[in-house]
Amino acid sequence: METATNVIVQPVDKDKIKGIWKIALYMALITAVEYVFAFTMDAGTLRSTIFVGLTIWKAFFIVSEFMHLGHEVKGLIYSIILPMMFIIWLIVALVNMEGAAIKDARGIVDVEGPAVEQVNED
Amino acid sequence: MATTATMSKAKLWGGGVEPLKASYGKLMMWFFLLSDAFTFSGLLITYAFLRWSAPAYNGAPEAFTFSTEYWPIPEKVYEAFPGFHGVELPLVFVGLMTFILILSSVTMVLAVEAGHRMDKKGVVKWMLWTIIGGFAFLSCQAWEWSHFIHGTDTATIGDVLINGIWVNDYEIFGANLSFNQYGPPAFAALFFFITGFHGFHVFSGVVLNIIIFFNAANGLYDKRGHYEMVEKVGLYWHFVDLVWVFVFTFFYLI
Repeated sequence: METATNVIVQPVDKDKIKGIWKIALYMALITAVEYVFAFTMDAGTLRSTIFVGLTIWKAFFIVSEFMHLGHEVKGLIYSIILPMMFIIWLIVALVNMEGAAIKDARGIVDVEGPAVEQVNED
Repeated sequence: MATTATMSKAKLWGGGVEPLKASYGKLMMWFFLLSDAFTFSGLLITYAFLRWSAPAYNGAPEAFTFSTEYWPIPEKVYEAFPGFHGVELPLVFVGLMTFILILSSVTMVLAVEAGHRMDKKGVVKWMLWTIIGGFAFLSCQAWEWSHFIHGTDTATIGDVLINGIWVNDYEIFGANLSFNQYGPPAFAALFFFITGFHGFHVFSGVVLNIIIFFNAANGLYDKRGHYEMVEKVGLYWHFVDLVWVFVFTFFYLI
């Protein structure tokens, strides 16, 4: 059996803890900005692009700081980031081009006004 | 000759136990998460593909009503909050869920940091907060699903397929896998599949966190001499948060 050894607890590094909470604050602020855009701007390509940009920014904070990838060796960083970059390329290609092309080819048209077929529950 | 060989060895990985200066366990967790990211990417691609090939609603947002004919505006679907029946609070509840998950990610970072310092008390404390955050998120999701399934007070009229027979002008309340009151059948099916798959990840994360919490509390990692297991489940937990950030954007904002 393993025996309990005398474990020495290191003192808290206040700056490090402060840094962690600072990143959490950044992420909360980015989310708040997303809400501002969601309620003040009409839906469209520009707004969607802003949302995706802010999301990737948040993702960068999580992966780089919380998951500590930013402090690993370069080989590890690239072996994670490069495959993801190809996936993002695939997403952009499939979503933007293929989705719209299929919609076009099937002759699907957008709806200009609200549907009226609704009833209230008694 | 022998000296030159040893000199170059210092720069290359010579087959030791830590390729890329990360332990085997951490490295494998990273590659598992990469493959998991591919799975979620596949789901998000499916979502976006179906969404952008479905008819959109181009009318005024104020005049919007649910219909099975076009894709709904997310703000109109997710506007309920527990205890505020009939009050329109668009995206407030999902904002709370996002906040809970980010906070539980922070407490996990603090648990990992305490582990680096061999601070057993700190690890146990912050792991417990992380577990509480995980349960809080899962409870919120359970409520959201329940609300989504039961629907609002107003029915949407649509043609639906029930037991293989088309029923015309059916009053649809809520949602199931075949049809829903919010939009085309694919809308609810994707909601269930993607948030469900993410919720299942959160659930497994909470189970892993509980195991690590008990191990830490029982002093296993003090005996072992390091708290690397906390780091490994920490990576998984942050990944769950990371996926939620994307689900939040694609499902609730865009």
